[in-house]
Amino acid sequence: MNNLEYIKERFNQLPSVNDLNGLGVIRQKAFEALNKMGIPTTRHEEWKYTRIGSFFNKEYKYTEAQHALTAADLAPVRLPGYEQANELFYINGRYAPELSVVRSKGLTVQPLQEAARNEYKDIVSKHLGHSSNYLKDGIIALNTAFVQDGVFVYVKKGQIVEHPVYIYNITDARQANILAQPRTLVYVGENAQVKFAETFNTLGTQESFTNRVIEIVVEKDAITEYYKIQTDASHASQVATTHIQQIGKSYTHTVTVSLNAGLVRNNLNIVLDEQYCEAHLYGIYLQQGNSHIDNHTVVDHAKPHCESNELYKGMLDDQSTGVFNGKIFVRQDAQKTNAYQSNKNVLLSEGASVNTKPQLEIFADDVKCSHGCTIGRLDEESLFYLRSRGISERTAKSLLLHGFAVDILEQIKIAPIREYVDNLISERLEFDIA
Amino acid sequence: MLSIKNLHAGIDEKKILKGINLEIKPGEVHAIMGPNGSGKSTLASVLAGREDYEVTDGTVEFAGKDLLELSPEERAGEGLFLAFQYPVEIPGLSTTNFIKTAVNEVRKYRGEEALDAVAFLKLMKEKMAQTNIDQTLLSRSLNEGFSGGEKKRNEVFQMAMLQPKLAILDETDSGLDIDAIRIVANGVNKLRSKDNAVLLVTHYQRLLDYIVPDFVHVLYNGRIVKSGTKELALELEERGYDFIKSENVEA
Repeated sequence: MNNLEYIKERFNQLPSVNDLNGLGVIRQKAFEALNKMGIPTTRHEEWKYTRIGSFFNKEYKYTEAQHALTAADLAPVRLPGYEQANELFYINGRYAPELSVVRSKGLTVQPLQEAARNEYKDIVSKHLGHSSNYLKDGIIALNTAFVQDGVFVYVKKGQIVEHPVYIYNITDARQANILAQPRTLVYVGENAQVKFAETFNTLGTQESFTNRVIEIVVEKDAITEYYKIQTDASHASQVATTHIQQIGKSYTHTVTVSLNAGLVRNNLNIVLDEQYCEAHLYGIYLQQGNSHIDNHTVVDHAKPHCESNELYKGMLDDQSTGVFNGKIFVRQDAQKTNAYQSNKNVLLSEGASVNTKPQLEIFADDVKCSHGCTIGRLDEESLFYLRSRGISERTAKSLLLHGFAVDILEQIKIAPIREYVDNLISERLEFDIA
Repeated sequence: MLSIKNLHAGIDEKKILKGINLEIKPGEVHAIMGPNGSGKSTLASVLAGREDYEVTDGTVEFAGKDLLELSPEERAGEGLFLAFQYPVEIPGLSTTNFIKTAVNEVRKYRGEEALDAVAFLKLMKEKMAQTNIDQTLLSRSLNEGFSGGEKKRNEVFQMAMLQPKLAILDETDSGLDIDAIRIVANGVNKLRSKDNAVLLVTHYQRLLDYIVPDFVHVLYNGRIVKSGTKELALELEERGYDFIKSENVEA
């Protein structure tokens, strides 16, 4: 039995399929969509360079709700500043409320199953699956079919959540190969502010595949920052979909950091669905070994007077491969749009490669848009300049590469998280640049 | 200190230097002048170890070592410094971090202890005053968005920090107005001593008004065709390079 058959069997065993008041309807729809579409293959235009089919030819276990982790297991994965932060733990894709701590006023975190029934049910039913991407992409449908274990995060209107929300995805692969499917719906109320940092850690040496979906709804005058930091074991792979819907005039700021893992596919979709929205998207990826990083971003300018600004930078070493696919849509209605996009890559070895594809689809006529991409090697003249001052070739390379990453690092506005990421990058550059 | 014998070098099959001979002793200032394309910058690049150039013949001895066998960073460690004609802009690397790394790598090469933060700061303050460079410039990314004059001043500041035995200034005056030249030249003059030497590579005589050379050499078509004292530079300024060219028509 391959993994997909196993997943389908698991779906049928779950009790809430017929629960039409809660999450049953969306789960059923997603399951049907998954059955129809299957897992995307490289014949699918959006998956041309990233092959995930092999993860479904292996046996991966979809674990029970109980986990065997203690606070001591969690200590090494906690992010700096956790003492004040709100901490949400997902173990093998399932929210673990007994480990999680919510400290900030005006911040509510609940199992999605509960939120779908209580005073938040209107918000959940309106916004869960708002992207409807689960009807277009099998991998998102797969996550949505198991949405009953998801989490609902609610930021109250007018609330400034001063301390960040840390989301820890922990895969316990000590006993078996693991399939984890974390799912989160975030609602940021009018005039509220919140910051997230999310990490991924694997325990044990078995393989794992994480299929994570987060949807973020941002209301009028709200500000949301999201930092996704991915530095995991090379036997851990993931598809991570972040869908941001700016339904009021609002501001979002995301930084996607990809430092290590097997295969990583990041989908970041942002819909600017009200006038005067602003979205800033940054990304940095450092790849080595045989790792594969794929960043797919979509910025959908649906309304006039919005601005989006995107910069992704990558360094690829050894036999690693990279993909950048950035789409900007400017709808017919979206006059006075400002949209900028840039992707810059440095290849550090003969064996590394990158496919980059910026795409602009503009249906309005009064807009300012630009996009561009570069692929190159470390600049020889810069290297010579540093070496001529007595700096060894190895140190010179790491200084240049760190310099290349700095403008992305500067976009991480939670200071301890910026330092944390900077340390990870510095460590990598010192040890792995030949 | 520096002894160049019969140096031949080129790039991609093209011969540029065709037998250079030059001796520089501690305390001396030499100027190499010559028309465009004569090989001045090539000479500076070959001495600093730029890898694009291939040395096909000859020897270069520096401080008792075979210079051509050394990597660029080893040359710097031995006390050679090249002030670039076009200093490179490096975004994301602060000038202070850069110079601190350079100073300590050079010290490591020489078997000296790395400077701690306090000692480094003290040295930096001293050299900033000496070369008339501003703190705000040093906290910015290396050369990024610097004006031409600021870049050249930064080169002289780096030279002051690294205290080389031999400083090669490649067209340091190019693109600078007279005030900027004066500031840069003052910086260089303050660093002169009986133990170190300077090699000025320049197209024009005007820099030599401020950094007065002991010897002037005229490079033409890959060879030093004339050597003399500072009066030779004045003669070149007056008569132009044409008289050199006419004296050296190739058979």
